[in-house]
Amino acid sequence: MADQLLDATGLNCPLPILKAKKALKDVPPGGTLEILATDPGSVADFQAFCRITGNELLEHGEQGGVYRFVLKKTA
Amino acid sequence: MVSQVSLTGGAKSMSLIVTKGTLDWAYPPFILATTAAAMGLNVSMFFTFYGLPLLLKDLDLKLSPLGNPAMKMPVMGAQMGMPNLVSLIPGVEAAASKMMKNLMAKKGVASIPELRALAIEADVRMIACQMTMDLFEYTLDDMIEGPELGGAATYIEVATQSDINLFI
Repeated sequence: MADQLLDATGLNCPLPILKAKKALKDVPPGGTLEILATDPGSVADFQAFCRITGNELLEHGEQGGVYRFVLKKTA
Repeated sequence: MVSQVSLTGGAKSMSLIVTKGTLDWAYPPFILATTAAAMGLNVSMFFTFYGLPLLLKDLDLKLSPLGNPAMKMPVMGAQMGMPNLVSLIPGVEAAASKMMKNLMAKKGVASIPELRALAIEADVRMIACQMTMDLFEYTLDDMIEGPELGGAATYIEVATQSDINLFI
């Protein structure tokens, strides 16, 4: 279980990233944030977001049109 | 990991010159500004000419299909454009703008007032072009809280200190 869950389903670019950034504020250092999204663009975007911000993308996958990401707050 | 530290030492930075104020053209600068801020960049936006009204308190953004053959909207499975002669009919522009706003809401695309509020919340620096304020007779009272006034030299100083500079 991640420390925080963000449901960004139904939201389009760039809202999943913006909401994730906000949600990360409430995650303790080293903690995790799970994000659910339906925007197919979020797959590439969360990878880029993590590369630039230094947070770690622990998991990403897709099931039934819903993309799931787990970020570890390392920055 | 790509370094987020700029060559000048601090966090990376981006500036945008915002010159267009129609509903469609308002999106690229606000999407990029909010996303860059979320990715840790220092962001500045310089609003000039038709981009300046994007700072007005009351936004009622419109787009025009007139002279815009690339503008098509999905209608019952087909991509529908609009002939210029039809676009000229009074009320068509307002109707097309409303259609686009409805389409965006349906697709989960943020509204411009929403993105603008997120940009302010993320400490995006906003500079209103003084010359355009004078030209179109706006005062800071017409604008949302936050923008500062500046001119070309103010922007150039920002640009010399930014890693990314965009003109939109």
